[in-house]
Amino acid sequence: MALSKVWVYAEAEGGTPLSATLELLTKAREIGDTVEAVFVGADADAVAAKLGEYGAAKVYAADPGQTLTGVVAAAAIAKLVEEHQPDLILFAQSYDGRDAIARLSVKLDRPVLTNGMSVGVEGDNVTVGTAIFGGNLLVDTTFRSEKPYLAAIRPKSFAAEPGGAGAAEVVKVEGFDAGRAAEATVRDRHVEEREGPKLEDATVVVSGGRGIGAPENYEPLVEELAKLLKGASGASRAIVDAGWVPYAKQVGQTGKTVKPRVYIALGISGATQHMVGMKGSDNIIAVNKDGEAPIFSIADLGIVGDVHKVVPKIIEALKARS
Amino acid sequence: MNVVVCVKQIPDPATPGSLDSDNTLKREGKLILDESDSFGVEMALQLVDKAGGGEVTLVSMAPNNEVSGLRTALAMGAHKAILVSDDALAGTDALGTAKVLAKAVERAGDVDLVIAATESTDGYTGTVPPQIAERLGWPSLTYARKVEIGDGKVTIERQTEAGYDVVDASLPAVVSVTAGVVEPRYPSFKGIMAAKNKPVDQVTVGDLGLSPDDVGWKGARQEITKVEPAPARQAGEKIEDDGESFQRIVQYLENLKII
Repeated sequence: MALSKVWVYAEAEGGTPLSATLELLTKAREIGDTVEAVFVGADADAVAAKLGEYGAAKVYAADPGQTLTGVVAAAAIAKLVEEHQPDLILFAQSYDGRDAIARLSVKLDRPVLTNGMSVGVEGDNVTVGTAIFGGNLLVDTTFRSEKPYLAAIRPKSFAAEPGGAGAAEVVKVEGFDAGRAAEATVRDRHVEEREGPKLEDATVVVSGGRGIGAPENYEPLVEELAKLLKGASGASRAIVDAGWVPYAKQVGQTGKTVKPRVYIALGISGATQHMVGMKGSDNIIAVNKDGEAPIFSIADLGIVGDVHKVVPKIIEALKARS
Repeated sequence: MNVVVCVKQIPDPATPGSLDSDNTLKREGKLILDESDSFGVEMALQLVDKAGGGEVTLVSMAPNNEVSGLRTALAMGAHKAILVSDDALAGTDALGTAKVLAKAVERAGDVDLVIAATESTDGYTGTVPPQIAERLGWPSLTYARKVEIGDGKVTIERQTEAGYDVVDASLPAVVSVTAGVVEPRYPSFKGIMAAKNKPVDQVTVGDLGLSPDDVGWKGARQEITKVEPAPARQAGEKIEDDGESFQRIVQYLENLKII
């Protein structure tokens, strides 16, 4: 049995909906009779076609101006919920998604279920599945609160498939007040150059850990190999904590989930923290000096060796081919 | 300038976790300071130092009046702590935690800034900092990789998918920091000795003016309906590098038509 109304908090980058948003819409179609989206951004008309194609009949849209997006989203959704009473609102476990679900949960006094990897509906019961302890244990949690239920889902949990409908109708939302929270003002945006695909969308992900030895080795080992394989570069929590690379590159429980065709772990021992973010990859290759490292327990191809010796040879061989 | 840092004391993440009979994380035995929080503590100490005075107060929620993790942060240089410990807290979710910590921040008195980690290592919902801010009615600046205070304002570099945004708000405000923003200091011997005598204000849920219904399983309004082991992933081939093992990787990628 389906829910009567499921909402998706939609996010976009440069006028294009995030794949995480399209994944949520695809899931919403499966579990909801009516699917609608809430979008906070300047370019609602630009995203409405694609959101409609993936299942949203309507897009409630608010323009945040310079205010932090998630803050505006929470205030706008709180107002809309009163009028439209959705059963379930799905958010991506993203930066703005977490801001939005967090503030909304306080406004509505509803619990949140986060880090979801599955959503199940049975009658009025909505259950969110998560993986804990490095992905070794699967836990289902069922909402026992009033509706709407609020859930944040990790990107890559569902496939995104278009439903074939036309553009969503855009309904402007106004007349809400975020209070002092709206003071959080974006003054400047810095886009850092990125060669190749996004971490979550890449076919190949090459990640580095402590075993690469020093921050200056990240570029010639990890990034170079990723570039040659037209992939993206990631990192273990250890080297993010050490300040070698930014948080956006972190793969793991606190960080991103990736499911590429090939995941290459360089100098990563395989803490449970890391494994939960990459064990869904189709193929895993690991290079690590320590033959006892836990990463080898899930690697399809494990090389017990020094990354500083093995990786330059791979790079050389790949360059010789091109 | 007075800064409150939200810290969590957790079971050592290096040891395998397990669940209690009520499906909450086992938290018996010694708890340690969540490493994610050491960055916030360091950041707070630096900001107070730069401002030329003020106090760093820790707020935390833990069972059994556990203080070992708090002592680590006090040894780094934090001035005092408020610890909420109460049997009623077992099963408390992210929203309940935010209700408790927001009350603890109010109890800390005259506060300019609250710092929290982006997410805890054991619960990692990543929602608690903005939930605290919403409870307090304050702005929240999240995922900071740089924090500066000046002219009654806090300015951060906020991590984004594409790079970073410069975001500001007036004080008081809540900031969540990502790991690696600063290098946490190691507690000195003097710091460790001093920490033993620093005040830890131990309070209950009732002391904060909250009802037991706001917290625990009752407040969480959710039920764990199934726990099962995940299908295990099998290990494949493991070989010792003999100087030529790189060819195996190249061949593997070739077979998959990646190259």
